[in-house]
Amino acid sequence: MAVNYVVFFICALICLLGATGVVFSRNPVHAALSLVATLFGIAVLFVQQSAHFLAAVQVIVYTGAIVVLILFVMMLLGVDQEEDIDEEPLLGVRAAGTIVATILLLGLLAVFFLQSNRSTLVTGERSVTAPLSVDASLDSTKGVAETAGPDNMATLGRLLFTRYVFAFEVTAALLTIAVVGAVVLARRPDRLQPVPDEPESMDDDFMAALESEAGH
Amino acid sequence: MADLSAAYLGLSAALFAIGALGLIRRRNPLVMIMCVELMLNAVNLTFVTFGNMLNDAAGQAIVFFVLVVAAAEVVVGLGIIVALARRKPGLSADDMNVLRG
Repeated sequence: MAVNYVVFFICALICLLGATGVVFSRNPVHAALSLVATLFGIAVLFVQQSAHFLAAVQVIVYTGAIVVLILFVMMLLGVDQEEDIDEEPLLGVRAAGTIVATILLLGLLAVFFLQSNRSTLVTGERSVTAPLSVDASLDSTKGVAETAGPDNMATLGRLLFTRYVFAFEVTAALLTIAVVGAVVLARRPDRLQPVPDEPESMDDDFMAALESEAGH
Repeated sequence: MADLSAAYLGLSAALFAIGALGLIRRRNPLVMIMCVELMLNAVNLTFVTFGNMLNDAAGQAIVFFVLVVAAAEVVVGLGIIVALARRKPGLSADDMNVLRG
């Protein structure tokens, strides 16, 4: 289908431009907005692969919560100005980064594409846990996107609350721990000092204040 | 569809490499967190693509858990950054040792 290819090309272009914008923007706010573009592109690619629920969660959680949180901290700390990314804090760190990224890219592409048989690319059986759609398993040449129904949300929800229910509960505990940790980390260190005692009476305090005023 | 699956995998490999490049190059911890998010999203795209290729819903279920872990990671990371910025202005990952003790 030609539409699939056009949509993929546009979204891939947006994703790659956004990713390079995250890495090479001098202004952190511009980097965050580039990240939003990349996340939207990936959400569209999720829709194209019939992962509608994940696309919605991607937009809501990532662009709606995480990037907004990052921007909020940026504005809170006042670091929303240009920074010099040409300076090299450690000798050779930029060359090392380029080398590592190139090796990663080539290695991943080699794993993905230097396979004589495409079916050996992914280890495991088809539909080990739950099929995305019943029809697609019968007709493997058509792929899932053409045959899947409008929602795979029921399949995903059933899987989350039966097979992965323990992991689901563990994520709840993880989120609670993260919230407590964030509160502990972001607390002001001044509050740890002991609170000074209350003055015996208001009059003494008032007189002391008057004396200090007179002293000035 | 098989061609597009390969294209998805190639795109996710490129996104992962770009995220790793940014993680090594940049010194601003906020931008480093964004690069980690980029890498996690590349992995998510790979999971969804493999789930699609195998016709298995487990790929999408795992992406759900990766999303939750990413959210928790960002919350804790931003807490550390706020604590760092209180002690030392001029946000840099090289100043993390002021948080010792």
